[in-house]
Amino acid sequence: MPYVPHTDDDVRRALAAIGVDRVDDLFADVPAEILDPPLDLPAPMDEVTLLAHLDALAARDQQAVPTFLGGGVRRHFIPAVTPRLALQGEFVTAYTPYQAEVSQGVLQSTFEFQTMMSELTGLPNSNASMYDGASAVAEAALLAVRQTHRETVMVSRAVHPETREVLQTYLWPLDIDVEVVDLEPSLTTPVPGVGDHVAALIVQDPNHLGYLEDMPAMAAAAHAAGALLIAVVDPLALAVLREPGSYGADIAVGDGQVLGVPMQFGGPAFGFMVVTDALLRQLPGRLVGQTTDVDGRRAFVLTLQAREQHIRRSKAKSNICSNHQLAALLATVNMAALGPTGLREMAEATVRRAHRLAAALRGAGADVAPNERFFAEFVLRTRAEGATVRRRLAKRGVRAGVPVPPEYGIGNAVTLAATELTTDADIEALLAALHDVGELGVVGTEVVA
Amino acid sequence: MSDFPLVFERGMPGRRAARPPVTEGAGMAELLGEDALRAHPPRLPEVSELDLVRHYTQLAHRQFSIDGNFYPLGSCTMKYNPKLHEDAADRFLDLHPYQDPDHAQGILALLHGLQGDLATITGMDAISLQPAAGAHGELTGILMIRAFHEANGEGEQRRVVICPDGAHGTNPATASMAGYDVVEVPTGPDGEVDFAAFEAALGPDTAAVMLTNPNTLGIFERRILRMSAAAHAVGAQLYYDGANLNAVVGRARPGDMGFDVVHLNLHKTFTTPHGGGGPGTGPVGVKAHLAPFLPAPLVAREGDRFVLDTDRPRSIGRMRSFYGNVGNLVRAYAYIRTLGAEGLRRVSSMAVLNANYLRVRMKEAGFTIAFDRVNMHEFVAQPPAGLRTLDIAKALLDHGVHPMTVYFPLIVKEAMMVEPTETESLETLDAYAAILAEVLERAQADPGYLAEAPRSTPVRRLDETTAARKPVLRYGFTAG
Amino acid sequence: MKIPQELRFAASHEWATEPADGIVTVGITDFAQDQLGDVVFVELPEVGRTLAAGEAAAVVESVKTASDINAPLAGEVVEVNGALLDAPEAINTDAYGEGWLFRLRVTDGDAWGGLLDADAYAAVAEEG
Ligand SMILES: Cc1ncc(COP(=O)(O)O)c(C=O)c1O
Repeated sequence: MPYVPHTDDDVRRALAAIGVDRVDDLFADVPAEILDPPLDLPAPMDEVTLLAHLDALAARDQQAVPTFLGGGVRRHFIPAVTPRLALQGEFVTAYTPYQAEVSQGVLQSTFEFQTMMSELTGLPNSNASMYDGASAVAEAALLAVRQTHRETVMVSRAVHPETREVLQTYLWPLDIDVEVVDLEPSLTTPVPGVGDHVAALIVQDPNHLGYLEDMPAMAAAAHAAGALLIAVVDPLALAVLREPGSYGADIAVGDGQVLGVPMQFGGPAFGFMVVTDALLRQLPGRLVGQTTDVDGRRAFVLTLQAREQHIRRSKAKSNICSNHQLAALLATVNMAALGPTGLREMAEATVRRAHRLAAALRGAGADVAPNERFFAEFVLRTRAEGATVRRRLAKRGVRAGVPVPPEYGIGNAVTLAATELTTDADIEALLAALHDVGELGVVGTEVVA
Repeated sequence: MSDFPLVFERGMPGRRAARPPVTEGAGMAELLGEDALRAHPPRLPEVSELDLVRHYTQLAHRQFSIDGNFYPLGSCTMKYNPKLHEDAADRFLDLHPYQDPDHAQGILALLHGLQGDLATITGMDAISLQPAAGAHGELTGILMIRAFHEANGEGEQRRVVICPDGAHGTNPATASMAGYDVVEVPTGPDGEVDFAAFEAALGPDTAAVMLTNPNTLGIFERRILRMSAAAHAVGAQLYYDGANLNAVVGRARPGDMGFDVVHLNLHKTFTTPHGGGGPGTGPVGVKAHLAPFLPAPLVAREGDRFVLDTDRPRSIGRMRSFYGNVGNLVRAYAYIRTLGAEGLRRVSSMAVLNANYLRVRMKEAGFTIAFDRVNMHEFVAQPPAGLRTLDIAKALLDHGVHPMTVYFPLIVKEAMMVEPTETESLETLDAYAAILAEVLERAQADPGYLAEAPRSTPVRRLDETTAARKPVLRYGFTAG
Repeated sequence: MKIPQELRFAASHEWATEPADGIVTVGITDFAQDQLGDVVFVELPEVGRTLAAGEAAAVVESVKTASDINAPLAGEVVEVNGALLDAPEAINTDAYGEGWLFRLRVTDGDAWGGLLDADAYAAVAEEG
């Protein structure tokens, strides 16, 4: 039987040592009426059959075709060395580094991660990771509420819609209000009037539609009211864009998928949270700190644990226990592999490719939104509904077009993203497919679904 | 001895290990505006590929893991993580969460199949695969319970979540995040929840009862059916923390015990790797009356198509972006489809056999068993009087084995919580018991022995006090 | 284990000085600091906050635990020991002196007499 090593002799020997006759005697505490119900599960598969079954499933999924999808997850270059190093068995099959003496691998690499996130964001204190960007934003809002004792958060509508849904889910049971700031025609957030009842202003840069926000003005508006600024950032973009610490953000949060984690249909990647010194004691999640051992050697250890659920229980800063350490390690190794130059080149190539794509679309007569300040993605107005455009393009072998929801009030539209992996041939394929489905050229072209 | 270098202390300016595809063209100031750009580059490592490989390979060698060491952490279910599952997950890496669902029918079929399998295994009516970990599943489940009470007009009245005093910290922490007060009920002399105290704590203000079964002492709550009846009689909902499902998987179902909501830790029972602390994966299952409140979207079947069902007006909302930790969901699916029902029954049977065997061996070695009786997948031991659990744990490190979970549950002094799992052989358990016996013997012969342990690990005991008093959470870029 | 005769105590291991001009000084006992181990951080109440007797007022953290510190008497916080933020170890080295936590203007000066005296507290500490 797979993965269970016991021979019949082993079972007999163990039963004799325990002093019972049968394995079932060990289950005597389970009420008889609920023991061993029939389980209607599919028959077991051997390794070859299982992999063939998975291959058959995977064949029904579009993979490895030209891709222009963004909206929080993008396909980026991951050098071969990254997964080879990060996914070594010692890292993959370790648990939380509670025994520091034999967990320096995880602890030190996490300390390196915290340092890199601090460098990227320009803020001093990074935790060891969160589940994802969306839940990190929700936890950041809770942090702001604890810190300011105020019970309203303000959030830009250009923060990812799913992130705002998660925010709402986390804040609802605690009766914390969410005020949404509507966008300007440029599809960016106006600097809002922040009341002194507001715990935090939450703004995403680049925003969900791809455009840059005026973050220094957001910080000033939040701080004038005694509120915190929560900057939701794209960590790859921070290789070129101004870092949250430089404009006075109190908390930088976001999703790390773009730093070297495969897309995997949306998970697992990791969330991160980096805060000012004033907020350190309010930070949720694990933290690794530097210290020395009894021989005076530098060593790393989980620290400030009294914030956490296993010690503070109902008064903990969060209930988070397991985080997304392995995905954070992928990002750590990946950043170390690319270095400052490689990461900047990747970000710059992303910007150039995205702008080249926008120019090519305009050249072909497409209705690209007029705002030029975008990082990796931008808005394309479409004739058909966004989801329909996406499906039609998929049939033509191109993955493109995250539908822009109706709440933005711009009619039918999608966002398109490019990265350093986008080739000229990919762009041609997208243009041809858009043409085919009647999204380029003469209005009123008949379209076959 | 010199310090092991940080990656920042290796390499030279100008080096790097990887080169992305480069696109030349207009400058960033021209494309984005000067004011949008950062003034200084982040100080990231500059290392060659070989520097990088040596660094992270050596770090891997400074780390215990299931692959390298017996790792019997109680409550954590550190079973072997099959290599096959890594190959399985590799087949679904290049899938974007927003690609057209008609062109993601394979992964959606898999997720739909897993929802069904987990419903069968837990005895629940519907499953959400969204939560990212056990604690995240707990929050999802308690929020659904809250939404249910509110829908019944009892939102104001029900303010309290009841947990046993032995509960894991995430249970009370979750209840607080969901806006509830926590009441703890004591454990009785038999290691089970004190039923009279439990009944007395129940009332019209009870929103939910959170239990694990077996509980954190590794003991099955024999009165579970009476407990669920009593909770339901006052209108409370029963929450199952699935961290201990490995004890009964395939043989008993939380749904049949009377639970209304359950979360599973796929990184425990269903052997997705722990990854040095995560990512976990914490699907939740519910009985039909709570299904309308499940987070959106769910994977649904319409004829022969699979769709993402977002039309869920009574849902508590989203718990995270996208659909779940899909990479791990693929691994769990591979596990269940490899084992089938009979294989799962053998998992819990052998997990319980191993734990009882090791309990007997540890007792022979001189340890006391808290609530000494037949246990399920884990048990809690204590060292002989005068010895400290922490010291014994450190001595184990010198023998190349990982300690058990220490100082949890909080209700047992000097607790040593041991969970060997079914994937370990009896020889490994014998060896562990022999090491423990040797440690006790040497400790009794030489009082200095424990205080000096560990001696042979990459670093020795750490100054945790200074780490917490003067936190250093990032590299200072001064040395090197 | 030191238990100064001139102080009064709460069963939850806080001490309070006899009111002088209606003000008492509060800290944790030598027994409590010993149980906690090395103190690494304290969270102090805001000056001006009004506390009920027995209300959680401060938190004292060691590496592996965190303890709520209750106000032994009702009153208003008039001063806190800010020096502890940089040197929390004072609680370990001098629990009844440098390690004081906060001062209260008590609502009811007579209540102090109702707290445990040194002998009664010694009996409590004896039990753990
Ligand atoms: C009993 C129990 N409940 C809940 C959890 C939390 O699970 P996770 O770490 O996946 O959030 C754990 C994890 O150790 C546990 O042992």
